[in-house]
Amino acid sequence: MNESYDVVIVGAGPAGISAACILADAGIKTMVIERGEYAGSKNTSGGVLYGYNLAQILPDFVARGCPIERNIVESRIWYLSKEAGLSIGYRDSIFANERKNNVFTVGRAKFDRWFAEQAKKKGALIVASTVVVDLLKDASGKVTGVVTNRQDGEVQAKVVLLADGVNSPLAAKTGFRPELKPEHVALAVKETIELPSEVIEQRFGVSAADGVTTEVLGEVTGGMDGVSIIYTNKNSISISVGANLAQFAKTKMKPYEMLEAYKLHPMVAPLIAGGKPIEYTAHWLAEGGFYTIPQLAGNGYLIAGDSAMLFNALHREGSNLAMASGKMAAEAIIAALKKNDVSKQSLSSYSKAMSESFVLKDMNKYRGFPGFLYNTHQLFDELPHVAQFAAREMLTVDGVTKKHKQKLIMDEVKKKIGLLNLAKIAWRGWRSVK
Amino acid sequence: MQIVCCVKQVPDTTQVKIDPATNTLVRAGVESICNPYDLVAVEAAVKITEKYGGSVSVITMGIPSAEVQLRECLSLGAHQAILVSDRALAGADTLATSYTLASAIQKLNEIDPVQIVMCGKQAIDGDTAQTGPGIATRLGFTQLTYVSQIIGLDIQKQTITVRREIENASQIIEAKLPVMLTVELELGAARYATLPGLIKAIKHEIKVWGAKELSCTAEKCGLKGSPTSVKTIFAPPPRKGGPVYDTTEGMDQAVNSLLDTLFQKEAAIMSEILSNDSKVKNA
Repeated sequence: MNESYDVVIVGAGPAGISAACILADAGIKTMVIERGEYAGSKNTSGGVLYGYNLAQILPDFVARGCPIERNIVESRIWYLSKEAGLSIGYRDSIFANERKNNVFTVGRAKFDRWFAEQAKKKGALIVASTVVVDLLKDASGKVTGVVTNRQDGEVQAKVVLLADGVNSPLAAKTGFRPELKPEHVALAVKETIELPSEVIEQRFGVSAADGVTTEVLGEVTGGMDGVSIIYTNKNSISISVGANLAQFAKTKMKPYEMLEAYKLHPMVAPLIAGGKPIEYTAHWLAEGGFYTIPQLAGNGYLIAGDSAMLFNALHREGSNLAMASGKMAAEAIIAALKKNDVSKQSLSSYSKAMSESFVLKDMNKYRGFPGFLYNTHQLFDELPHVAQFAAREMLTVDGVTKKHKQKLIMDEVKKKIGLLNLAKIAWRGWRSVK
Repeated sequence: MQIVCCVKQVPDTTQVKIDPATNTLVRAGVESICNPYDLVAVEAAVKITEKYGGSVSVITMGIPSAEVQLRECLSLGAHQAILVSDRALAGADTLATSYTLASAIQKLNEIDPVQIVMCGKQAIDGDTAQTGPGIATRLGFTQLTYVSQIIGLDIQKQTITVRREIENASQIIEAKLPVMLTVELELGAARYATLPGLIKAIKHEIKVWGAKELSCTAEKCGLKGSPTSVKTIFAPPPRKGGPVYDTTEGMDQAVNSLLDTLFQKEAAIMSEILSNDSKVKNA
């Protein structure tokens, strides 16, 4: 006996569940297939979500009991050398009041599970512990359903939405997305460190429901293109380090050693002191940028979220791009089903909507950014070192004239990087994000 | 013929934590699973119905979230699932639990005669192995514990033949239905559900019965009906490894010293093994 659905969604992450919510609301018979034991059981991210994008799917997400860890009221950026660091931060009371839940932290195992539960309440069928191993196609190559790893596991569908994440063997197998190159993904490892909530509130200077995010660049990644983060949850701190996979392969550095060294950094250690590691996760990040986005719609199928390489590395945005793309994919599917036409042309309204939205506009704006980071190792070794040298000189009161200190700093810049090189880096950096 | 499987939601760990104030299991922060022995029971029950006909009903007593485990059993081919859940039933020990489950089985029996009740040999959290026998006693069923193989049913004669494990040996027993079996893992792992089976399980409407539906006596249920008080819970110390016989001086010497040890120090066990062995040969 074959199952038959209007839409089959592969993957119960933010993209797949967003689409499922919109489709189920429209009364479309939708099945979501998730390989994990439950939605979220295999998902991980730094842990921030954006209220705006979630509200587009579930306007009443707070009333529905969304498992928010902490509402973010302050964002910090650190630039670290091995033993020192520059820090800037922005805290705004508007984020604790009128714009509450603009950004908040979540634990993905809890959040995705809750999110899937909402889709289920709306009428979508969520099938967990089941892997989609192939797509069904008709003679013309049009996608007509999926094949799962279970007995009698074929499901017919009018449309298939691929939302199975960055590491999608299905995308590679079916050729709907070119197989990823190591330089197009980052490998990040994350440790969740348990601490009493009062300790977290004291160390970060926040009240009970609020939190702080810290994005970190610099020598942490040992010259590799990468970032690290420190996010506050209710009773834990997420601390993660990631870098480009191709560079990991080249440098033979071990992510867990990098994370251990990071935890000992003088800026980091006091924040997590006395904490107990309760979770260790690892994941890929789709960091290839705009140029690696595949064709978003074809005959009988669409691609959304990480599977479509939708990730804004500069602004640490991924799950919101997933949600927005899932929503637009669902809207395109609804329109196509109404017309009874699920051809590539009909489903391309998705690609069009995406191009006109912040998702692809942002990704296009920063299209040069991944390449800039990848090719500018100085950002992750010499520059943090020079920054440390400069700040240290200027802040050390030792009777040396400031003019002489300036000269020492310039000499160090010339020696380590060179003025022309520094100007080039600044220019290319600006070009990549302007 | 109706087969009833009693299953239990247990924490996914063998290192259970206990609340010192209430002496009950701490479930927070630990994922729940279906007791692995119970899944084996469900699989075996489904296999029996596939061969001899009948239906499998799964019951669990627990908190509402135990419906997840019931659905897992349904995906393996069970025909219906009943969640016995009621605040009045909470805090039950094995005495109260077996009373309550027996009441539920009696209610099922009124609709379709229950010929076999199956339970895991024990739950991996409490490890008591008391609930199954408790149910059998209350229902007046023959009980066959530690069953490792179901050899067959004779529908005409209304009998079942099973192999059950005892220390150092196994017995083959034929028993008159109705029976209560508790099963060992050797009976066979649960199947990987088919996709239609899984979908059916997700959509299945699970019946929820409370103390009222079961018309049980309040004094025999829940905390009230539970005379057990748990003093402490701890993991038994790991078993020490046996002696090691060094073969560097040659294999013969090692084997000889092993045999010496066996016949001198473990004489009683050796003679028992030898006599069992000769029995097997004679059979």
